[in-house]
Amino acid sequence: MVHLVKVVIENKASARDPEGETILKDLLIKGGYEQVKAVRTAKLLKMWVEADSDKDAKEIVSKLCDELRVYNPVAHTCSISVEGEK
Amino acid sequence: MKISVIQFPGSNCDFDTVHVLNNVMKVRADLVWYKSEDLRSYDAVILPGGFSYGDRLRAGIIAAHSPVMEEVRKMAKDGYPILGICNGFQILVEAGLLPGSLLRNSSLKFVCKWVSLSVMSNKSVFTKKLREGDVLKMPIAHNEGRYFIEESDLKECYRKRQVVLKYTDDKGRVSELSNPNGSIDSIAGICNDEGNVLGLMPHPERASEGLLSPFNSDDGRLLFSSMIEYASER
Repeated sequence: MVHLVKVVIENKASARDPEGETILKDLLIKGGYEQVKAVRTAKLLKMWVEADSDKDAKEIVSKLCDELRVYNPVAHTCSISVEGEK
Repeated sequence: MKISVIQFPGSNCDFDTVHVLNNVMKVRADLVWYKSEDLRSYDAVILPGGFSYGDRLRAGIIAAHSPVMEEVRKMAKDGYPILGICNGFQILVEAGLLPGSLLRNSSLKFVCKWVSLSVMSNKSVFTKKLREGDVLKMPIAHNEGRYFIEESDLKECYRKRQVVLKYTDDKGRVSELSNPNGSIDSIAGICNDEGNVLGLMPHPERASEGLLSPFNSDDGRLLFSSMIEYASER
């Protein structure tokens, strides 16, 4: 079975995200959406993974993200979610 | 004395670096393909600037997994001088050979200009011949040069004198104006605890012949000559 796994990589809260800041300040606030208080950008990787279950697919992706340094633990956080069979 | 300059797919400062070493510094330098698994005949390694693998996923990360990097890792451990310039610096942090990381410039723009740099530490084998407080002139050209490290790790880097270069003004003063990319504490170059591995965003190979500099700067030579002197005395 092939499972769709999503990996979201974003800067840690302590690392500024100038792109998110610009989107907030110069697009959203200027566009009248003052309800939005913060924006953080991130990189999304979709991986289609062959595995017996969602749990196994997530484990494989979690392992490869750490092993191959898909995210940089110095500067990034990484969250992994499974969208089920695809 | 033989220096290897590693060529990754997408390196573009490789020939400039070899030119400066051969013709300005008068030492032998060879281009070495990134698939090489043997650097035993070399006394030092330079990872040049460029855009290895088109900066895909993150600048330097894919090159950091190249076969040659295992050899570079061994040489770093054995105390050989290893210099990463620009993309080479990005590769060294991604390979875990230097602390910290390099994020997208705070301006979100590619920055290409001459900058002033202050020597903060002469612990590295590349700054041994310099005095702390010396101000150098070199160009930068990058999109991902914003040095970032957690505060606690940064303190440790200061304690161990690993912060080697900072962006400053001509008088050596740190300010927001003289920081071209938003680097934490204006850091432009950092070395490992042993001092034999240095990464920096500025390009010493583009500041090694006065004729090619609007400031008549050949300050880049100082880093190369420190490295050569150290490597020849080992």
